[in-house]
Amino acid sequence: MNRFFDIPSDLQHSWAGLIGLHLREALLPVLGGLVLALPLAQLCVRLRWLYPPVLWVTTVLYAIPSLAFFVVLIDYTGQTEVTVMIPLTVYTLVVLVPAIVDGVRSVPPETLAAATAMGFGPVRRYAQVQLPIAVPAIIAGLRVATVSSISLVSVGTLIGNQGALGNLLHDATIYNRPELAWNAVLTMAVLAILADALLVGVRVLLTPWMPSGTAGRGQGRGRKEAAAR
Amino acid sequence: MIRIDSVTKRYPDGTVAVDRLSLEIPDRAITVLVGPSGCGKTTTLRMINRMVEPSEGTISIDGRDTRQQPVNTLRRSMGYVIQNAGLFQHRTIVDNIATVPRLLGWSKDRARTRARELMERVGLDASLARRYPYQLSGGQQQRVGVARALASDPPVLLMYEPFSAVDPVVRKGLQDELLRIQDELGKTIVFVTHDIDEAVKLGTMVAVLRTGGRLAQFAPPAELLTSPADAFVEDFLGADRGIRRLSFFSSAGLELLTAPIVAVDASAEQIVARATEDVPYLLVTGLDGRPLGWSEPGALTAGQVDTGRLLPCGRPFVAGRDSLRAALDCAVLSPTGWAVAVDREGRAAGVVSQAAIGEAIRGAHATDTTGTTGSAGAPDPAAVQKAAR
Repeated sequence: MNRFFDIPSDLQHSWAGLIGLHLREALLPVLGGLVLALPLAQLCVRLRWLYPPVLWVTTVLYAIPSLAFFVVLIDYTGQTEVTVMIPLTVYTLVVLVPAIVDGVRSVPPETLAAATAMGFGPVRRYAQVQLPIAVPAIIAGLRVATVSSISLVSVGTLIGNQGALGNLLHDATIYNRPELAWNAVLTMAVLAILADALLVGVRVLLTPWMPSGTAGRGQGRGRKEAAAR
Repeated sequence: MIRIDSVTKRYPDGTVAVDRLSLEIPDRAITVLVGPSGCGKTTTLRMINRMVEPSEGTISIDGRDTRQQPVNTLRRSMGYVIQNAGLFQHRTIVDNIATVPRLLGWSKDRARTRARELMERVGLDASLARRYPYQLSGGQQQRVGVARALASDPPVLLMYEPFSAVDPVVRKGLQDELLRIQDELGKTIVFVTHDIDEAVKLGTMVAVLRTGGRLAQFAPPAELLTSPADAFVEDFLGADRGIRRLSFFSSAGLELLTAPIVAVDASAEQIVARATEDVPYLLVTGLDGRPLGWSEPGALTAGQVDTGRLLPCGRPFVAGRDSLRAALDCAVLSPTGWAVAVDREGRAAGVVSQAAIGEAIRGAHATDTTGTTGSAGAPDPAAVQKAAR
């Protein structure tokens, strides 16, 4: 147990260094995925016929093993972090695109009609009405994408120690040190839980208008006053 | 004036939603579009702010074709109130109301100050300003919807079934509030509803549309009730239009009897003196003058009347302010057949019999000329008597 944090020197990182690397390799793809998914989802909302084929394509891409991506990409991007992050970015789309589409579509039709009738153009309406109201759905998608990405980074170990904490799994077998495998699994689990909690916190901050938690008491208050009228 | 000139809306699949509709919507008055579903009332409203573009015909405001200005400029010059309020759930009440002023480029402070003024105007407590829509009742949300539409003080207000999703008590409150606000602000309001009672209550002019988007009748509500243009309109108005028409006759002309009224602490002499041949009952009032109930003179104990044994007097009508409909309703509901009139403070002002009310109704019909001429010509809102409402 005293060798739990004793990271083999071939990884060229301390435990904290591996965590930093892991977060970068896991979270940059989620960010990239969000940047891709936002316009893609907006296209799917505007052109209804586009949504089923887009969903189909993202699902098929998700079904391609990362190893297959590596085989293709390694000729272009080499044995680098980028080679790991490209497939991870592609994988997030399968969650993020439907999350954003559903979120934007969940805006009540009378809210949209009111916005149009008040003289919102399409761009302003998207940025000031549809997107803010879709925030809960988008963050729900981001939570799934983030947790899955944190776990998937490990496969980077297959292309020469690009798996961050996942590299510990490989070292655990070659040095016969099972505590390293425990370290990898537990650290990734804790990172996933923390990242998830952080996103929940962001959601609460961004949506004070949602009827939940402390806001629920406000609703009770409003109801009582309404009854008293 | 909003002028709808032989407008047709035909959809690509051949459906005709509105068929050669022409209407002149008077300024500073409430014009109600009413009709069964599929009559094109919604499409007509949405063509005014170009959420739907007409296939044929023109819509002009003060002589200017609505297509001559950018669509968003047109829309920002009209308030829009929608069913279920359509509030922005992610914005506070004050920011919801400030929406159009902000779109027009007002500073945040100025827009919010204006929004708080409007909250007061529509009867919303200032403490609600920082709340979010989900924290408000349906009726309060609808008030926010009205305030939001009024925010930039547009001359025109389009209202799309604004009160249809709230319960009847709240709806009546909102309707009264709208009439009060309209008295103060004098907007040109186009109001869509499927509820003929709402149309008759709110409308200065009522346009009844029939399925297929054709105009059946365009007239002030009193005329509509008196002389419906055809069987469709008559049918749509419902069975008791004769009774409802009484809403337009004031109770001011009723002769009220004050003799048969005694207070709870009346002495034996007073009770005897007040009992007359004409009225078989005495109305007992509290010491504050409010009516408590009816009793036969013989059943009253002098000095202290047992109020528990009085016959109920129902809901009294306010003399002069309420209509003959309210007076008749009161008389019909009263077990004695006599209606009780009160003054504005709720003190008994007199009693009147069914027979006397019947007399007044015949008199009102004889002198009424608003509807009997049957004119369907240009509306003159000034001539339309809303006072009797």
